[in-house]
Amino acid sequence: MEKIKIFSRFERFWHWTQMATVILLTLTGFEIHGNYSLFGFETSVRLHNAAAITFIILGVITIFWLIVTGQYKNFIPTREKFKEQIQYYTSGIFKGAAHPTKKSFGNKLNPLQRVIYLGLLILIFPVQTFTGLLYMYYHYPQNPIDANGLWFAVITHTFGAFLMVAFVIVHVYMTTTGHRLSTNIKAMISGYEEEPVEENKTENQPA
Amino acid sequence: MNNILQKVTTFLVVLVLPALVLYATVHFGNKRGTPEKIEYQNRADIDKKVDHSEFEILQQEFTRPQDLTAACLSCHNKRDDELMASAHWKWERETTLPNGRGTVTIGKKNLINNFCMAAEGNNGSCMRCHIGYGWEDKDFDFEDPTNIDCLVCHDNTNTYKKRKGGAGMPATAENATKEFPVPDYSYVAQNVGKPLKENCGFCHFHGGGGNNVKHGDLEEAMLNCNRYVDVHMAKEGQDMSCNDCHLTERHNITGRAYSVSAENNNRAYCETCHTDTPHNDRVIDMHNHKVACQTCHIPVYAKANPTVMYWDWSVAGQRDANGNPRTEYDVNHKYSYLSIKGRFVWDDHVKPEYFWFNGTADHYLYEDTISEIPVKINELMGDYSDPESKIWPVKVHRGKQAYDVVNKYLANMKVFAEGPGQGAFWEDLEFDTAIQLGMAYVGREYSGQYDFVETVAYWPLNHQVSPKEMTLQCTDCHTRSEEGRLANLTGFYLPGRDYAKGVDYTGFAIIIISLLGVIVHSIMRLMARPKH
Repeated sequence: MEKIKIFSRFERFWHWTQMATVILLTLTGFEIHGNYSLFGFETSVRLHNAAAITFIILGVITIFWLIVTGQYKNFIPTREKFKEQIQYYTSGIFKGAAHPTKKSFGNKLNPLQRVIYLGLLILIFPVQTFTGLLYMYYHYPQNPIDANGLWFAVITHTFGAFLMVAFVIVHVYMTTTGHRLSTNIKAMISGYEEEPVEENKTENQPA
Repeated sequence: MNNILQKVTTFLVVLVLPALVLYATVHFGNKRGTPEKIEYQNRADIDKKVDHSEFEILQQEFTRPQDLTAACLSCHNKRDDELMASAHWKWERETTLPNGRGTVTIGKKNLINNFCMAAEGNNGSCMRCHIGYGWEDKDFDFEDPTNIDCLVCHDNTNTYKKRKGGAGMPATAENATKEFPVPDYSYVAQNVGKPLKENCGFCHFHGGGGNNVKHGDLEEAMLNCNRYVDVHMAKEGQDMSCNDCHLTERHNITGRAYSVSAENNNRAYCETCHTDTPHNDRVIDMHNHKVACQTCHIPVYAKANPTVMYWDWSVAGQRDANGNPRTEYDVNHKYSYLSIKGRFVWDDHVKPEYFWFNGTADHYLYEDTISEIPVKINELMGDYSDPESKIWPVKVHRGKQAYDVVNKYLANMKVFAEGPGQGAFWEDLEFDTAIQLGMAYVGREYSGQYDFVETVAYWPLNHQVSPKEMTLQCTDCHTRSEEGRLANLTGFYLPGRDYAKGVDYTGFAIIIISLLGVIVHSIMRLMARPKH
């Protein structure tokens, strides 16, 4: 086994803070949506609004960080090994095949992750932020633009929330698909991933 | 050493810092602002009262109240001009109706309501609440300033009362009773001052023929109530008078009663004292864009005594076996049936109904034909998309009253006369004659055929504000429950109440599919696990 640095300190801070914020947003959001009672409606509204601000600040800092460090490149989709990655998850993984993508500091995401996370970054997050801000600050939805009671904004926001929950479910499960069940989570904690060295790899090849 | 440092860093970036951010979010996010405290001194406590007992002109024995008015005006000159221009005097005003229905002159005088139906033609009883002396019929002189009754508003002795059935005249030596004696004009005149609650309440509490019949949020109990009934007027609280909120300049009293008013002007506002950000809390204050203060702060009305919710004239006129009018009472000892008036439903601690309201109202006019049932006696204008509109709590008074079947309009009815045999319904219990006389008095054509039709009147609530501990809570409105206060006020998106079924079902389907996918995938992995 060899230890490879994958995640910087900032990325790990970003990830876990974002996780906490998203969980808070989800729990309070669905209470506001009327699905259950948890914190109480008023508390949920206040926490949702506050978490939204935290989320936005974190987002701004992260965008800055991604740009100045050049780490944004990790999210640029690639066709290379795209098929292989799908094949790995749909068949290889059951046969004990090796991961088609080798992780490194400059290449932390496999081709599937790149597409999904980019979608998250440029679709879900901005849409949720924009529709949420509309609801927080656009109190005269007729003037100057008639937003029809913000119906469209809230419906979009709700749908985004469902997608987010689905993402979290799959995302958490995917952490178990590393070399060992805990490999990926450990990497997000320590920053280092234990990757099998070359000779182990051949061992894992299907017979 | 390096290893320890690494562990400390890890501990910091993956646990301590995110936890701090989360803590700060929750800590600063979940704070409710402290409401602004209003320092207010009642007007009655600010102004030094003139000692009217020192004026010689008031130290005489007045035999006619008109002479007293002349004495008042000899010092307070030109005040008669102000009063005679007011709706308290004219019982009508020129006003522009919404819906492009033009400019009309309307008021208590010539509008139909769904209580006793109309004032005109029933002057003896209804005009008791006019601020004049003896508006018995069309001959009343509206140009004579001595006809102004200064005392009904300015008596501070609480002894001056207008006689029942006297069209606004107090008792004279001929018709004085124990309940309504001849007023001691000299005593009253020497003790005048700004109107007290009792003065305003004399009429405004008793509209419709009894305490709290009409408004539901204005009644006798407010003369001496606790904070629960009315937080402003409570004896142990600020003990405010009507004109502390209904600010008055030169006899122009602010405040609008939309049972007779149509325009959005000269209103009395909570915001005048409380500002439009009184909670000092963004989330709550921003409700004021779309929700009137009254909506949350008047969670129920008729808190001390019941109010009439339904009045059915169609069953009036029944007589008992001996041919006498009869009376039934409900469990609260309020009359539920009167031969002279019909059937009543009273209620107390009533939850208001809620409507969009922009401060303008339409009114049913004499010439309007009935186009929908229930007939709207008045209609509060406004909707979600109108920036002027706010959600407002409303007492809705429903009724059933006489209309002309052929001409298809609501009827006037003569209900009052001083004695039987003059065709008044309350004396003779004959609908046809009463309608005929009522219509004739106001010069409307009556076909001779009447029936009864359902009507509805909207009374926005403003009084009986509850203490802050008793205001509506978020989930009184933000709920999917059918019992939600705003369950019937649709046409806009209300968080906690509304959702798009398609979006929610699709969303849950996506979540379930994700879960299933994860479960199936992990089972397959478990089964395929190479055994060592």
